[in-house]
Amino acid sequence: MSRFPEIALSFALAAAMLTPAAAQDTAIPVDPAEAAQADVTVAPPEVASDLAETPAGDEPAPDAPAAAEPAEAVDAAPDVAPTPGASAASDTTVQQEGAGEIPVEAEPETVAEPGADQADAEPAAEDGEAAETGTASAYPGAGMVHQLGREALPEEVAAWDTDVRPDGQGLPEGSGDVETGETLFADYCASCHGDFAEGVDNWPKLAGGMDTLDREDPLKTVGSYWPYLSTAWDYVHRSMPFGSAQILTPDETYAMVAYILYSNDLVDDDFVLNRETFAEVELPNVDGFIEDDRDTVELPEFTKEACMENCKETVEITRRATILDVTPGSPDDADAGDDAPMMD
Amino acid sequence: MTDRPIGSARTESPITPDALKNGSRRRFLTTTLATGGALATTALVPATARAQGEPDPLITEVQPWASGFGDGVDETPYGLPIHFEDHVVRRTVSWLTADTISSINFTPIHALDGTITPQGCAFERHHSGAIELSKADYRLMINGMVEKPLVFTYEDLERFPRQNVTAFLECAANSGMEWAGAQLNGAQFTHGMIHNMEYTGVPLRLLLEEAGIKLEATWVLAEGADASSNARSFPLEKMLDDVLVAFKANGEALRKEHGYPVRLVVPGWEGNMWVKWLRRIELGDQPWETREETSKYTDTLADGTSRKWTWVMDAKSVVTSPSPQAPITHGKGPLVITGMAWSGRGGIKRVDVTVDGGKTWKEARLVPNANPMSLHRFYLEHDWDGSEMLVQSRAIDETGYVQPTKDALRGFRGLNSIYHNNAIQTWLVKANGEAENVEIS
Repeated sequence: MSRFPEIALSFALAAAMLTPAAAQDTAIPVDPAEAAQADVTVAPPEVASDLAETPAGDEPAPDAPAAAEPAEAVDAAPDVAPTPGASAASDTTVQQEGAGEIPVEAEPETVAEPGADQADAEPAAEDGEAAETGTASAYPGAGMVHQLGREALPEEVAAWDTDVRPDGQGLPEGSGDVETGETLFADYCASCHGDFAEGVDNWPKLAGGMDTLDREDPLKTVGSYWPYLSTAWDYVHRSMPFGSAQILTPDETYAMVAYILYSNDLVDDDFVLNRETFAEVELPNVDGFIEDDRDTVELPEFTKEACMENCKETVEITRRATILDVTPGSPDDADAGDDAPMMD
Repeated sequence: MTDRPIGSARTESPITPDALKNGSRRRFLTTTLATGGALATTALVPATARAQGEPDPLITEVQPWASGFGDGVDETPYGLPIHFEDHVVRRTVSWLTADTISSINFTPIHALDGTITPQGCAFERHHSGAIELSKADYRLMINGMVEKPLVFTYEDLERFPRQNVTAFLECAANSGMEWAGAQLNGAQFTHGMIHNMEYTGVPLRLLLEEAGIKLEATWVLAEGADASSNARSFPLEKMLDDVLVAFKANGEALRKEHGYPVRLVVPGWEGNMWVKWLRRIELGDQPWETREETSKYTDTLADGTSRKWTWVMDAKSVVTSPSPQAPITHGKGPLVITGMAWSGRGGIKRVDVTVDGGKTWKEARLVPNANPMSLHRFYLEHDWDGSEMLVQSRAIDETGYVQPTKDALRGFRGLNSIYHNNAIQTWLVKANGEAENVEIS
């Protein structure tokens, strides 16, 4: 199963890049230095293996010249003249400006073991759906190195790259306990989220809602819904407090997140959160998510032919907006905010 | 300013920016919306109406605008719509969010035509307000699994080869309030979290190649510069395909509220991923699972499990006129039914329209040559007999995806979803021309 079954469009391009024909036709680096740099700017092996894992449900359409179409699109990239072959690619996505004035290079050559990768890519390249809808973008400046920008300094990267992943990558040194977190939470967070993270008015509730996800109007909190603790740490540290973001130290963040866990009854009151204990916490809904499966679950039903005549005998009105009229300006508008906000 | 001509059709009190600043926004919304239908009607009735059978004074009498001067050039160095169109503005729904800083408003799609959305009325969605970030202060960093981490200035970006791409941006929550039932009376509110612009920018791929993509990189994080630090994970394939680092929209600089000076354009994918005030692109080998792709923008199904990474916007359409904010005011006879259709999977192949609640459908006239993953405009010229109608539109995209009914969508997803409601919309158009948001069997 591909990790990205829904990205038919991007498959087409990636497939094109890895198709032997495309590589041969376009791999013409002019400057050896550029060629050397170009060698690293290629689709990684992981991409190729993902391609190879195209969902079994995607039957190759026998009449779709899948391998040929993306290859043509890449071939067409340097060629902006309105040749029949090129127009098919450029019409689908973009109008191009200035490409003709710029010496457009070919796609960089593929990875060190092209044979294996290309072989892996072939099944995907024959994915008829990908090819049909592919917008294998011909784009200006393909394969060129422009020598623009400057190298980012380590201090600069450190200042901006503060994100944290589920595996804990990005977590800084530090620690914080529940008690400290409670004090900080009262100062920084409680005006919106409540003293116990239960939420004030329409502001997000951070605690509670366990076992409500399959009920009407589920309550989605850090405890009941969020799959990863890293997300809470990352969001508190990068985006909170609301209106004064990015002021919390790592220790303060550890403490606040520890308190949020405590308010969800997920840790005891003597809990200390740090890089080590982070790895021991698993949020209850970690297994509650599936990757987008619309293509396999819904598409068979939603690609049936549409009825045009005699589609049904009777039509009844089943619901009317005027019964619950919450349109701005209508009398009941003010009452509509009883529910949790749609968006925050 | 010149005095208003005597024959002016204007009948409503002005809704000016000053009124917005001085008066309460709440009052503004209430007064204008309450009279929304009436406004559309009365605006077309001249102050000096022609008596039955009599000559039209607008023709027989010399009007002020036919005799005196109009405004000189430079009266408004950057023009705004004429005041007769003051009601065509973005509007919010206050109960949706706790405040306006992290909130949304809606494009007045009921009053627009064609496909391009003017920036000034294209909907806004902020998570921490629309910030002011100058071109001079702008920096874009590329880091992570690259050969050389880079920093670009705004000027650097303008030196890369450019592309123009017309694409729709639809918030994943568009029509989200309609999941459980018909709620809001107006296409602006049911379907207005969308806009469609022509963007100019640099293919992100060029910037990534400039930094050198390491072989192990498979995922990309895009992060904004505002205090919300909105960040989303993308598979590398999409970033290499058609994603644009854009600095112009509809030929001019991006508006502040749309991410000036630089935003991401992600054709076909949900609006939250079009990161505004783009400041950083990081390459990695795993998704980051940020707040916006776990706690939000995930779709909870009836059994409590939730879909994540639902990036693609499915095919969708809506009749924008007639609709609750755009009632029929001319009585029976020739009627233009119009609306828009779009799909994140590519182009729109066909749009069907029904006026009898789906018993019979007619193929609408689709304006040709729209780009894939951009808004398509459709028209159905209809000879209205003056009786009640149940009007729907149904989009079919180039992959064969047929826009589903609400019940069909609920069959798969239950009632607790918020995002990705692309179901068919029904307007009940009454004999008097007024329209209402309804659901039908």
